[in-house]
Amino acid sequence: MEKDIKQAELAQRCSISASYLNLIEHNRRKIGGGLLLKIAQALDVDPAMFSETAEVELARSLEAAASAFSFTNPERDRAQELAGRFPGWARLIFAQQAELGRLQQVVERLGDRLTHDPFLSASMHNVLSSVTAIRSASAILANGGEIEPEWEARFHRNIFEDSQRLTDATETLVRYLDNENGPAEGSLPQDELDAWLANQGWRIEALEREPAAQLDTILDAADDLTTAAARDIAASFLRRYQDDVRLLPEASLLSALSETQDALQLAANFALPLPVIFRRLATVSKDSLPEGNPFGLVACDGSGTLTVRKPLPEFTLPRYGACCPFWPLFQSLQTPLTPVMQIVALSGQDKADFRTIAFAEKSYPLGWDGPATLQAWMLFQPVIEPDASRLRVGISCRVCAEQNCVARREPSVFA
Amino acid sequence: MTNKRVLLIEDEPNIIEAIRFILSRDGWRVDTHSDGSTALDAIRARVPDLVILDVMLPNKSGYDILCELRETTDVQDVPVLMLTARGQKKDRELAERLGVSKFMTKPFSNGEILSTVRELAG
Repeated sequence: MEKDIKQAELAQRCSISASYLNLIEHNRRKIGGGLLLKIAQALDVDPAMFSETAEVELARSLEAAASAFSFTNPERDRAQELAGRFPGWARLIFAQQAELGRLQQVVERLGDRLTHDPFLSASMHNVLSSVTAIRSASAILANGGEIEPEWEARFHRNIFEDSQRLTDATETLVRYLDNENGPAEGSLPQDELDAWLANQGWRIEALEREPAAQLDTILDAADDLTTAAARDIAASFLRRYQDDVRLLPEASLLSALSETQDALQLAANFALPLPVIFRRLATVSKDSLPEGNPFGLVACDGSGTLTVRKPLPEFTLPRYGACCPFWPLFQSLQTPLTPVMQIVALSGQDKADFRTIAFAEKSYPLGWDGPATLQAWMLFQPVIEPDASRLRVGISCRVCAEQNCVARREPSVFA
Repeated sequence: MTNKRVLLIEDEPNIIEAIRFILSRDGWRVDTHSDGSTALDAIRARVPDLVILDVMLPNKSGYDILCELRETTDVQDVPVLMLTARGQKKDRELAERLGVSKFMTKPFSNGEILSTVRELAG
């Protein structure tokens, strides 16, 4: 194509992309009708100039096929002769070349789909679609102009619906990204331990049945624990679990639960430290609890690093990075040996509040010579009756929608 | 004011309502269609001045529809504005190779979509 104007400019004038024009130029797209007229008009030439004899066009197509498979050394100088003498064969070659191009595009499109995680792709689509609808509707309402009351009400309703959908989609996405079965599975020893415990339902049946069971035997059967570091922290976990079961066997705990589920009361009844009660309650399956309301458990050391993470479906725990500093877990670090009870509501979730009890213990593993260590525990359970004085907290700053938070460390992705 | 027709192929009802409102207020006649598998039939049944095409549609993707549209003689030169939540470079490149007139990523502003529609079909 002779050019007095640039390809991009021509494409713009004809309302097509430059790459599509490129395909037309190289005979990879046939055109006709309005587009042909537009191009001719834009180039200021007679549309008939684009029409060539069928033979020449066929020969040109053969030339394109020859270029694509030049290693077969076709007799290029005889392409027009082939098209003239054997037009049927020439058309077959052309058709195969066109079909090959089409199939390449299909493969490309399919490959593109496969390279994307389908769940992630669908979730992001939901989030962005909701944001798009909210943005458009709110701009219509905010920018003034005459809007009939019926439309106004409709856009208000749409914004409400889409914000709800956005919340749901975001929660699903965050849960997926933070889930131990997600794409980043097992990248840290703690992740390996968490995944193994999640597979066991956060209970070690062998120790529940027989507190004197051999820990090495349990560890040997734990195929999910692949790294030495993960097995090391799992061994510590099992030793503590064994001690806890000996202090409070399951039968005694279940019997007591028919009277009360209050951890403070249970600690007093059994004359045991609160963290032991927390840990034992977190092992009780949902079906064994009087109201089928399970317990989640989280623990941290003095640096705030999470060392135990048993999440609940509505109360996910961050996989990386720090948590919300307003969790009672961290508040309890400031007042060791003093239980803190607080009803909390997770930012962005209106479905459930949680009753949390946190307790920090101080120990001196090296006696008078060594530093004291702190460990805080927080037991949490969904509460059916929302409490008006609940404290609003988040999971972590990254996914928290709470605005004007005085403790915010980094902007939210929802900002 | 124009009386030209835009066919909006999108499956999100609230996005449809917003775009329909914005364009109608500007004088465009807006028809809508939500099913990917019959989208090409809808375009051919009454050829619009512009197609606004979402990528993720039920039953058939916007890329497949665009590809078929550009291979179909009677509608191949209809301008297509493609909307997508996936705005990576390779998505844009794929759409351009398939013959898109303009590629726009979600979320977009109302002004942006209005000026693009005017540019492509005004």
